[in-house]
Amino acid sequence: MRRLLKLIVLTVLFQIIVIASAWAIDPSEALQDPEQQALYEQITAEVRCLVCQNQTIADSTAPLAADLRREIRRMVEGGESEQQIKTFLVDRYGGFILYKPQFESWNIVLWLAPPLLLIVGLWGVARFARKRAQLPIDEDAA
Amino acid sequence: MRRLKFFLPVAMFAAIVALFVNGLQRDPTIVPSPFIGKAAPAFDLPRLLQPEARLTDGIFIGQVSLFNVWASWCPGCAREHELLMTIGTQSGVPIYGLNWKDERPAALKWLQDRGNPYQAVAVDRDNITGIDWGVYGAPETFLIDADGIILYKLVGPLTAQLWVDEFAPRIAAANEESL
Repeated sequence: MRRLLKLIVLTVLFQIIVIASAWAIDPSEALQDPEQQALYEQITAEVRCLVCQNQTIADSTAPLAADLRREIRRMVEGGESEQQIKTFLVDRYGGFILYKPQFESWNIVLWLAPPLLLIVGLWGVARFARKRAQLPIDEDAA
Repeated sequence: MRRLKFFLPVAMFAAIVALFVNGLQRDPTIVPSPFIGKAAPAFDLPRLLQPEARLTDGIFIGQVSLFNVWASWCPGCAREHELLMTIGTQSGVPIYGLNWKDERPAALKWLQDRGNPYQAVAVDRDNITGIDWGVYGAPETFLIDADGIILYKLVGPLTAQLWVDEFAPRIAAANEESL
């Protein structure tokens, strides 16, 4: 009896997992060319839905997300490159629409701060080490 | 040197706190428009009241005007409508409308019930021009100068306060410049 119950529970769980993959938002048909489909999926997964800001347009049911998916689809089908499509979006909505920020004047601090901080940190460590090397050796402690 | 060692971390901490306080007070749902200071994107759309006729971005040339994105399903548009009526009749600044992602009968009924503050309304049912203008919700209101350059964009309903604070000074400045 217990085994049967276990089996039923496992079956139901398994089905939920399988069905979950069918909960994808995008109702449109896959593009003919698998490479274009891959590009389309990649770009829609990197574009922010500005109405529901913590979702990508691939995840969002918002009408605006559907409109942008349609535009991206049209451009992918028209043979436009990833960079062309991203430029199209950034020109209209600003850099915030991309989850992976590109190098632009408004976010230059974001890009340059980590290497600058690393250099400052290394300089500090080097200075500290050099200072310590110059200290007299404490005979008593040895 | 000693002093610096104490004050430098404190100053950095204060700077970071100031940055965060500033950031937290901003409304993240308002995305700054990349079009400020740039030419109004081109469009060529059917008009709402005369569907055979077209409305293009050429209408913005010659005087300072407003371009208001609205839809009959949009509650924020209902809130700002009365103010648009006042501005449309009394301010001397023409308002052009973009009826966005809407159904024609509902849009017509909206104007009939509430009055029509617009000089002309372009119909963008499929969000083609909307995307070109970076529209991501309704209402949105663009302020455009006599050369067709976008001066300002408001996301959300217009209020009398916003009109006085954000629109009126820019309109006055733009009119002065073109004299």
